[in-house]
Amino acid sequence: MNFINLLKVAFHAIANNKFRSFLSMLGIIIGVAAVIIMMAIGQGSKESVRKNISQMGTNVIMIRPGADMRGGVRQDPSAMQTLKQEDYESIVREKKFITYVSPEVSSSGQAIYGANNTLTSIYGEGLEYFDIKQWVVEDGECFTEEDIKKSSKVCVVGKTIVDELFPNVADLIGKTIRFKSIPFRIVGVLKSKGYNNWGMDQDNVIIAPYTTVMKRILAQTYFSSINCSAITEEMTDDAIEELTTILRNNHKLKDDADDDFTIRSQQEMMETMSSTMDTITIILVVAAAFSLLVAGIGIMNIMLVSVTERTKEIGLRMSVGARGIDISNQFLIESIMISITGGILGIIVGWLGTYICAAFNLPTSIPLWSILVSFAVCTVIGVGFGYFPAQKAASMDPIEAIRYE
Amino acid sequence: MQEKNKKVVIELDNVKRDFIVGSEVVHALRGISFKIYEGEFVTIMGTSGSGKSTLLNQLGCLDTPTSGEYFLDGTPVRKMSKSQRAKLRNRKIGFVFQNYNLLSKTTAVENVELPLMYNAKYNAKQRREAAIAALEAVGLGNRLEHKSNQMSGGQMQRVAIARALVNNPAVILADEATGNLDTRTSFEMLVLFQRLHAEGRTIIFVTHNPEIAQYSSRNIMLRDGKIREDKENNNILSAAEALAALPKPQDD
Repeated sequence: MNFINLLKVAFHAIANNKFRSFLSMLGIIIGVAAVIIMMAIGQGSKESVRKNISQMGTNVIMIRPGADMRGGVRQDPSAMQTLKQEDYESIVREKKFITYVSPEVSSSGQAIYGANNTLTSIYGEGLEYFDIKQWVVEDGECFTEEDIKKSSKVCVVGKTIVDELFPNVADLIGKTIRFKSIPFRIVGVLKSKGYNNWGMDQDNVIIAPYTTVMKRILAQTYFSSINCSAITEEMTDDAIEELTTILRNNHKLKDDADDDFTIRSQQEMMETMSSTMDTITIILVVAAAFSLLVAGIGIMNIMLVSVTERTKEIGLRMSVGARGIDISNQFLIESIMISITGGILGIIVGWLGTYICAAFNLPTSIPLWSILVSFAVCTVIGVGFGYFPAQKAASMDPIEAIRYE
Repeated sequence: MQEKNKKVVIELDNVKRDFIVGSEVVHALRGISFKIYEGEFVTIMGTSGSGKSTLLNQLGCLDTPTSGEYFLDGTPVRKMSKSQRAKLRNRKIGFVFQNYNLLSKTTAVENVELPLMYNAKYNAKQRREAAIAALEAVGLGNRLEHKSNQMSGGQMQRVAIARALVNNPAVILADEATGNLDTRTSFEMLVLFQRLHAEGRTIIFVTHNPEIAQYSSRNIMLRDGKIREDKENNNILSAAEALAALPKPQDD
C-alpha cells in the first residue's frame, strides 16, 4: 500500500476512535509540554545569569593577592600584601591584551550624613574602574586624576546611599558625608544598577580615589585587588597569561614557585554559572523525558489493544491481499501519527505554558532545538513503541484472524 | 464430464493437509483432486469436520497443502511465500464471507476499494471508479456513501460481493455467504450469484446447506477429507423464480 493510502487509513482509524486516541496522545502532550517548559526555563535562567554577570562589567579580569593554597595553609587573601603600586604600574605600562586597569581597595562601615546613617562599603578605585564595571555617573562628575594624585576626600555615591542618607535633599552634589569619621565631598551620583543575581544591592556603594581610601581610611600600601578589562572576550585567556607573566616577574617568583596571586575572569565565572544552569536544566529535562517514556508505553498499550480489537479487520485486509509489511506499516503509521500529533499539541501547550511561566516572572526562552528535539523524540517513540504491536498485527494468521470473534 | 475446451481456473492434484494437534496428526484433507473450469458455479458441501473449511483455505491461498499441488489460474501455490500468496489473493481471488466482514464506520465505496488499495497499479481515481462500477453491478449504485452500520444484512453482503468483484478475480470464493441472511435475502443473493455466473464468472460457494446446490452448475460433496461425490447439475433451478414464489413479506 502506498504512503498516502497508509496515511488515509491511519487517519481513519484515529478519527474512528477519537477519545481513545486523544487519551493516548495526552501522555505525549504532557511529556512534550513539560520538556519544552523545562528547557525554556533552563535556557531563560541561563540567559538571565549571563546578563547579570555581563552587567558586572566588560570582560572583567580580577587579580587578587595570594594563591589558592600556599604551603598547605590557606590564608585570607586580604591579609596578603602582594599586590602593590608597582604591579599596577607595570600592568599599565606593559599591557597588550588589556584595555582598562584599576587597583582596588575596599572597606565597609557606616556612612553618615546629618542624622542619617547607613551600612555601606567604600571602594577605592582608579578612574578606569568606571569603564571596567560600566558605571555611569548620572549627576555631577566623576573624581579626577588630580584627585587620585592628591588623595582628595571626594567620592561618587550609589543610588541606595542617596536614598538612605538624603531622603529629602534634592541637590546633594557638594554635600559632605562621613565614612569612618573621614569627610568625603560628593562629586557625583551613579546611575542605578539594581540588585545582582545573588541578591546584592549594587547601588549600596561609595566610590572614592584608591589613594584616598588606602592612605586615609586603611593606612596600607597594598591593594586588595586589581581589576582589568580584556580587549575582547576571546582575548581573556591571552590577557590572563600576560598578567601572570608581569606579576611573576615583578614578584621575582622562581619557575617552580606557585603564583602568589589569583586571577579570575568574568568569562570563567560565566562558564561556571552556565554549566551549573546546564546541569539543572539537564536534570529537569531528564525528569520530563521520563514522562515521555511513560507516554510511549501508554501508546504501545493502546496499540496492542487496538491490534487485538481489530484482529478481524487485519484478517480481512490480509485476505484481500495485504502483506505482513502492509499491515505492520499501517499500525506503525498510526502510532507515529498519534505520537506526532501529540507532539505538535504538546509543543503548543508547552509554548502556552512558557508564556504563563513568563507571566509569573520566571525567566524563559524557548530554544528552537528543543522543539526539533521534541519532534524527533515523538517520531522515535511512535516507531519504537509502535513496532511491537505492528509486528504482532503483521504476524497474525489470516485464517484465524478473519474468524476471530 | 467437464468441458475440455474451457480454461482451467483451479486445479487440485492430490492435495493433502495435515494438522498436528498435540501429539496427534489430524488429516483434514486426505488427497483431493479436481479441476474447476472458467465460468463454473461450484458448490462445495459437507458437514462440519468434513474438511470444507480447510479446502476453502487452500483454494483461497490462505494456507498451503502439506503435499500435492494447487494451481490457481496456472500458478503453483504450494511453495509460495506469504507475501507472494497475498499478492496472488489480491489479483486472482474475491472473497465473500458469512459475516460480511466490512470495515466499520466506513462507506460502501471505501469498503469496495479496499482490495485495490493493495494494488499499486490503481490510483485513487481508478480505484473509486472501479468500486462504483462494482457497486452498481450488485445494485447498490444509490448507496455509495452509506456507512456499513447504516445498511441491512442483505445490503452489507452486496457490498461484500462488490468488494469480491472489484479486482476482477479469476474466482469468487463464497464462504456460507447466505448463512447469516433470512430466506428472502438469501434468495436475493443467489439471484445475484446466478447473474454473475451467467456473466461468465467462476464462483465457488462453500456451504452446508444442500438447497443451494440446486442453483449451482456443479456440486462437490466432501466427507472426512475426501471427495464423496462430484457431479454436474443438469437441472439448475432459477433463484429468481424461487424468490418470486416466496410469500410476500407481511407489512405490519
